[in-house]
Amino acid sequence: MVLRVCRAVLGHTATAEDAWSETFLAAMQAYPELRPDSNVEAWLVTIAHRKAVDQVRAESRRAIPTERVPETPSVDGLPGGEERDLLDELRALPLKQRQTIAYHYLAGLPYAEVAEVVGGSAEAARRAAADGIAALRRTYRKGEAR
Amino acid sequence: MTTSRPSADGDLFAALPLVDEETQARLHARLAAAADRAGILDVAYRTVDTPVGSLLLAATGEGLVRVAYAREDHEKVLEQLAAGVSPRVLRAPARLDGAARELEEYFAGRRRLFDLPLDLRLARGFRRTVLSRLREIGYGATASYATVAEAAGSPRAVRAVGTACATNPLPIVVPCHRVVRSDGAIGQYVGGVETKRILLGLEATA
Repeated sequence: MVLRVCRAVLGHTATAEDAWSETFLAAMQAYPELRPDSNVEAWLVTIAHRKAVDQVRAESRRAIPTERVPETPSVDGLPGGEERDLLDELRALPLKQRQTIAYHYLAGLPYAEVAEVVGGSAEAARRAAADGIAALRRTYRKGEAR
Repeated sequence: MTTSRPSADGDLFAALPLVDEETQARLHARLAAAADRAGILDVAYRTVDTPVGSLLLAATGEGLVRVAYAREDHEKVLEQLAAGVSPRVLRAPARLDGAARELEEYFAGRRRLFDLPLDLRLARGFRRTVLSRLREIGYGATASYATVAEAAGSPRAVRAVGTACATNPLPIVVPCHRVVRSDGAIGQYVGGVETKRILLGLEATA
């Protein structure tokens, strides 16, 4: 679940795997202090969120802004399939939309918890995700009957 | 788009597959190595296939802490390690390479003595004393529960020796299989009586 979330936010990239690795390392570090009644999934998403944001910041420090997102090499040696197309479309969305979509649709957190992770209100999180979904529906598999 | 339930638009993400096994394995190995470097890999474990079935091996930074037979239920043993040693338990074979190699040599009849750092923290008090006495019973030899009780300084604690053997966290490596009954009967074993017979047979012929 965490890798899918990282990929939704960061794309199918080595950066997403870095974020995954950092997330679980941090989770292992902090796990003994986690209260037994905690919601482990929400806790993991919170950590993954921070680690992904770290990666986004590091990337923006490294990168020179361009018009288009560059093609990234496949890390598993497989050519891009349907899911890659969807990830590419996701990547074109603003960060907040990618985050809210990932945490709600892929991690299954209710919007109230998504809002706690990304900040702002539950309604704002719901709106961001809805805007993102609407954009995806316009671009992804255009022309295909659904 | 008025509902907030994930299922409403979840179909859009059906195209996102679960992560493939190869990627999972690669990431897992990477995490295990990073955790080890960070000093937070408290319990590393792996399994090995042997003539007496699959064995779970677990080690702390100090040494081998647990060897468990399949009949002990490896999942349950891992839960016990998480509760009793540390919740930071990860499949990380590298730390157990030495133990796996020595067990392989033992079952091939090429090793008579285990030369591994041991972590005996799962045995306390008298049980721990018994375990250290067990290590003095040589390869191919046997001792009675009564003899071990005497060696442990409590000649009347024969039943307690039986309990110490039954709860030995490191069977095979700490050779509780070499403890038999005074009347010559083979007695009980944490890995099952048949396993005890196989181990004693191996040591008698190798």
